[in-house]
Parts: sequence; structure tokens; C-alpha cells
Amino acid sequence: VNSIAAGMAQTLQRTPLFDRHVALGARMVPFAGWEMPVQYDGVIAEHRAVRSDCGVFDVSHMGEVEVEGMHALELLQSLLSNDVARLEIGDAQYTLLTNDRGGIIDDLIVYRIEDYRYLLIVNASNRDTDLRWLKEREIPGSDVRDVSDEYALLAVQGPKSIERLGLPERKAFTWEMGDIDGLEVMVNRTGYTGEAGVELMCPAEDAPALWDAVVARGARPCGLGARDTLRLEVCYPLHGNDITPETDAISAGLGWTCALVKEFTGAAELRRIKADGPAQKLVAFVMTEKAIPRQGMAIEGGGTVTSGSHSPMLDVGIGLGYVSATSAGPGTDLTVDVRGRGRGARIVKKPIYKREEQP
Amino acid sequence: VPAQESYPDDLKYHPEHDWARIDGDEATLGITWWAQDALGELVHYEPPDEGSTVSKDESYGEVESVKAVSDLIAPLSGEVLEVNAAVVDAPETVNEDPYGAGWLIRIRLGDPAEVESLQDVNAYRASLENA
Repeated sequence: VNSIAAGMAQTLQRTPLFDRHVALGARMVPFAGWEMPVQYDGVIAEHRAVRSDCGVFDVSHMGEVEVEGMHALELLQSLLSNDVARLEIGDAQYTLLTNDRGGIIDDLIVYRIEDYRYLLIVNASNRDTDLRWLKEREIPGSDVRDVSDEYALLAVQGPKSIERLGLPERKAFTWEMGDIDGLEVMVNRTGYTGEAGVELMCPAEDAPALWDAVVARGARPCGLGARDTLRLEVCYPLHGNDITPETDAISAGLGWTCALVKEFTGAAELRRIKADGPAQKLVAFVMTEKAIPRQGMAIEGGGTVTSGSHSPMLDVGIGLGYVSATSAGPGTDLTVDVRGRGRGARIVKKPIYKREEQP
Repeated sequence: VPAQESYPDDLKYHPEHDWARIDGDEATLGITWWAQDALGELVHYEPPDEGSTVSKDESYGEVESVKAVSDLIAPLSGEVLEVNAAVVDAPETVNEDPYGAGWLIRIRLGDPAEVESLQDVNAYRASLENA
């Protein structure tokens, strides 16, 4: 067996829950400049806990950016793909930060906090890029601030998560202030697993107590390994893999996040791609032969795997990848180059995993 | 259920975390407890063809966990007599029993003198402590 990388630079950042992860025996790995738990007991058991019951993820490495001011909405409307004007206080929206070519600088969720105040929760790996992009484009009456270090974020996900936390049922993509065992938290009805659940934001200093409360209520600690397999089964794109500054929303199947009737960075290019039809499309596929697809593998005919793993629920290799738009329909057979071996796969309708179809 | 850490003293070890159980002019090969623990739960085993030849210190196949792929390094050279089909069907067998039901291939030794170059259990354990 080849040696497995073990070294870890001293410069990695740690979340307020670092000591909790170490105490639980988590395997810590570098991720986007952070030292994060990839797993506690095992990726597959953690994955199944989220599908059947409830799991908790420390996602405090994610960035939080506040945009405030009389012209905050005007600034966000010009930079984000979705229609921010549709948000009432208490609403949240999945959206893209786009470049001039219609490429995706980041995908994020924007929350309307007050009339003139919005919160953006962004990918850890893009926090600095996003901030610079927003700061450079500030207009009078808009103030962009990085508040990432002030907050911790816990994702509590799974069909029993709401019940275990003692929270009321709410619509997806809304938020409200709530209370978990005496701790005041922002309760966001969002997630990255395809299951019911919440993302809880609290002051960084409250994070250990909140973590302990959530775990005491029966949420199983889950690492980034399970977070990745969960999102892949339901075909949520991962920025840096499936969507990048070089790929556009239309090709990625994210046209629904683009309000092409308004003007925002790259809108004209996205309208053109939509009108002409994209050359490639991001598709979901399932291996029909024993093999696990991985990011970067070639798909015969000019395609590329952008995410691949083993599906703990279906027990087969699954992936996302770009293929020619002319042969991107569900049912189309693919051949993936698995380190020199051609292995069969078939394009499927997204999501790859859906609860109703599984006994 | 994952196995408890152990390194049987009747096995020969290769520094890339592979073991060999020598039986006359044949050997059974597998990966050590340390290797399976480092990889995590195995979900795929890509074995060599039966009848093919494996060469000492070279890759003869792959194992994969959810997050990682690893080459299998042959501790000894020889002809592949048998692939453990049970592990192809249920790769997690390696996590549960790395030295027993989780064996990977059986070979006929090409050069029995190669055995001398492998580590005994004390040398292998010492290499883990210094890793």
C-alpha cells in the first residue's frame, strides 16, 4: 500500500470546535486552509445516520459576509445571479456570484436579515476571493464586511433533525432566531444533504455549548467525507469541482438560479449561452461496472468527471461530469477512463438518490 | 465491525503495509491493519487476473475507500493462483479481518529468496512507530 499523506502544515486555521473533534477521535485533514474532521467513526455509517436519523457537521470554516446599507440591494442585484429583490426579511436564496464570462466565482446562500442588511454564507475556499470581488465593487450606500470569525455554523441534517432539536416545522430557505437549550441561534432552513434539517449560526464563543447540546439531543457527529457523499447522491454541485469560474450556470444545470431578466455580471453571456444551447452539460451518472469514478477522469467522447465517489445508499460508484450536450440525456451509456481501464456508466436523472425510490 | 489493531508474528511484512503468509512455495498476500485503518472502509477492490504475474515492490492491484485510492504493492514476486472473490464482492471484509477472510491474492513464489528481504513483525512495528 502506498504511503498516505500525513503531514499537515502549522498554518491551518481551526474552528471553535477543534477540541471537540479531537476528543471524539476524528481524523483531521487540511481542507481549504482549515484543519477539519473528515470522519469520526466512518464515512458510510455517518452518511447513513443522516439519511435515516440525524447528523451534525461543523461547517464553521464557511465564510459569512454582511452587506449593509441603503444600496445593499442594488449592489447584490448587480453581482448575484438570482433575484435578490424577491427576498422578504426571513427569507434565504441560493444564488451564484458570476464573472464577466458568466463563470461561477462561487455559489452561496443570501439571507435577508433586515430591510437594508443581508448575510451571505459562502464557501470556505472562496471567502477571500468573494470578499475582494464584492469590496472592489462597493457602491456608495453599501458596506461589505467579513464577519466570518465572529460566527460558528453547525449543519444539523436528517429526517429526525427538527424533532430532535425541538424546533417548529418551517419552509425551506427561510430563517428565524431560535433557542436550542438556552442558546440563541440563527436557525436557517438550508442544507447540503438533500434531507430535512437546519444550519445553526451562533457566536463563535457559543459553539462548543451548542455542539454539546445538539450531540446530547442525538445528532451523530459527521465529517466532511459524509458531507461530500451526501451532496453527491442528491447532485448538489461542489464549487471547485462541478462548478468553477470557467464553467457557467446554464451548462451546469443551474439556469434556475439566474434571473436573466435583470442585469448582473455576465448576464449577457448567459443569455447568449441559453439561446445558443451549451456545448456541454453537467450530468449525473451511475457506474454499470464495478469501479469508482473520481474527479478528473476522462469520459469517452470528450467529457470529464468533476465529482465521483462510492454511493453508500446505492452501493455503486456515482458521479457528476460534463459531457457533450448532444448526448447528455438520461439512459445514455458512458465509458469512464478509470486509470487506463474503460468502465461502463449510465447517465441518470438528477438526483441520483431519492428517498421515495429506496425501500 | 472494524478489527482491533494487531500484527500477527507468523507473517512477513513489506514497508508499504502489505503482509505475506508463506506456505512452502506459495504465499497469501494482504494489507496490514495499519493500511486498512489509514484508508477507512474499503468499497472497491481491483484485483489482478488469475494466472498473471506480480513483481515484488510493484503494484498488483488497487483498493479504494470512499475518499482514497491506493495501489497494492506486492511484497513478493510470483504467479497469481487465486484472487479472493469474497473481497471483490464485499471489500469491507478487509477492514473486518485483514489477516484472515480479508486476504487479497494467493501466489506461487517466483523467487523464494525474496522472502529474506521482508520485515518480521518487530521490524514492521518499529517502522510504524517511526513513521
